[in-house]
Amino acid sequence: MLLVVEQFLNGLQFGLLLFLLAAGLTLVFGIMDLVNLAHGSLYMMGAYFAATFAAWTGSFLLGALMALGATLVLGIVLEVTALRHLYGRDHLDHVLATFGLILFFNEAVRLIWGPAGLALPLPAWLTVPVPILPGIHYPAYRLAIIAVALLVALLLYLGVMRTRIGMLIRAGASNREMIGALGINIKLLYTLVFGLGAALAGLAGLMQAPILTVQIGMGENILILAFVIIVIGGIGSIRGAFLAAIFVGMIDTLGRAFLPNLLRQVLSGAAASTAAPALSSMLIYLLMAIVLVVRPEGLFPANRR
Amino acid sequence: MKSLSVSKAVTALMLAGLVLLPLYSSLSGNIFIMTLFTRIVILALAAASLNLIMGFGGMMSFGHAAYLGIGGYAVGMLAQEGVGSGFIQFPVALAASAIYALVIGALSLRTRGVYFIMITLAFAQMAYYVASGLARYGGDDGLTVYKRSDFSGLINLSDRTQFYYLCLACLFGVIFLIWRIVNSRFGLVVQGLRSNEQRMQAIGFPAKRYQLVCFVISGTMCGLAGALLANNTDFVSPAVMYWTRSGDLMVMVILGGMGTLFGPIMGAVVFLLLEEFLSQITEYWALIMGPLLLLIVLFGRGGIMGMLGRAGRG
Repeated sequence: MLLVVEQFLNGLQFGLLLFLLAAGLTLVFGIMDLVNLAHGSLYMMGAYFAATFAAWTGSFLLGALMALGATLVLGIVLEVTALRHLYGRDHLDHVLATFGLILFFNEAVRLIWGPAGLALPLPAWLTVPVPILPGIHYPAYRLAIIAVALLVALLLYLGVMRTRIGMLIRAGASNREMIGALGINIKLLYTLVFGLGAALAGLAGLMQAPILTVQIGMGENILILAFVIIVIGGIGSIRGAFLAAIFVGMIDTLGRAFLPNLLRQVLSGAAASTAAPALSSMLIYLLMAIVLVVRPEGLFPANRR
Repeated sequence: MKSLSVSKAVTALMLAGLVLLPLYSSLSGNIFIMTLFTRIVILALAAASLNLIMGFGGMMSFGHAAYLGIGGYAVGMLAQEGVGSGFIQFPVALAASAIYALVIGALSLRTRGVYFIMITLAFAQMAYYVASGLARYGGDDGLTVYKRSDFSGLINLSDRTQFYYLCLACLFGVIFLIWRIVNSRFGLVVQGLRSNEQRMQAIGFPAKRYQLVCFVISGTMCGLAGALLANNTDFVSPAVMYWTRSGDLMVMVILGGMGTLFGPIMGAVVFLLLEEFLSQITEYWALIMGPLLLLIVLFGRGGIMGMLGRAGRG
């Protein structure tokens, strides 16, 4: 029982984290029609910035805030110098160019921070276990991740659905020429959206940093997961990304936690313990393949055009 | 006509260089260059196979490295089980790749555009994790191929020169095959489907069936590259199938010129030589390689072949 609740919360937490990453990706994809493989690099940079700034200032929160600002700025710089010129190009060009950016960022990190990973230690008040149900404790930091991610999701929803900027973003997604013709500075809008996506990726990275180590290439595996999510959810749909992220986070975490035991009942011990990790890593891809075969446009296709 | 001659001349020069390379190597005593170029030729073969579906067929597969792994594992696993004959290993490698391509092609071709890119990626990742889970065959650590494929005296794969020429012959054979396919009725239908699928369907061509056959042919060719690669490195591991490998193959195709016959070879040669060259100058070679790719996308449309064409005109 204890394990089930704990793993369930872990799944929720991982899913919400994935949502932060996928939201930026799906916004950029849905609105600018840009396939950004370098999104995972922004996630990595968020984690590295946070580890560095936290060590400088000595405060986790201050470091996190500075890292958030830094990834926002980095995203904007990246958009203005490079990615802006890719809008309207073939998707394949995007893949190639942003693949190059991944190489660049990984190497730059190796040059600046060295090949060894960094650690981002948590302050004491975030490491205490919190009782959530009678007899069940859960780490405060993971609860904090859930709370922050839910808050961001809510703000994002309100921002996109209820504010003027959000209205322009939605309008830009459905017809970019038209809103340009109506006198909206579409370039600025795109830069803004890209910066927002970068900051979300950075937020995901810096929140994940204390749980895992901060290392080169950390963005690549999770980037693929984020792509899986936006494809399952339907490209351009934030609601789809949210539901798919929770779903994928749950399946991945629960699969890893419980599949080995399930397999052990069918297979011999040795075979099960080697097959289980591979099988649980495959689960999400299997899920995506099934979704795409049944609904080739994802579960919640955004109404474009 | 002049534009054609520039790219033709460069292509001919490159092909002649590839054929004469062992001569240079034995004269200069530079053995390393043979090892490097064997790898280049094999990956050029893989890139050429990808170009068939990507450049001519308009199917953007982001999971092509899976076939490198499947072909490689077919060789490695059979060798491990004591089946050393290349006459069994190679057909099995090709058949396994063809079956995999048939299954994932039938499923993936239901989608299009970015969704197709992503679903092929997902299947390749699955293949990657399956290979990681093969405890009997090394799992994550990979599988050492202790003995290269044995063609019972016909050709000795352990001889550096013979192996190089085998790879080169496979590459030229595949290029010839692609040339025949592209100019056949079948190839014209597939290219028509790239330009306008609806119209081709309206004329009465069963679009998906044509695309699937093309997809399977391409996968089988890449499986051959995989079998050769395992023989070249004497080793096969899940890392061969990792998604960045698929990315590398795509880069080679686009760099050389998508939808051109010799572009992928050019792309593979330039990409891998650049990688080698830059890594000799600096440990941080990717710091230069990354932005270079970006610049090529931004300013060099049509890849090297396209640029050569423009140079000829300008």
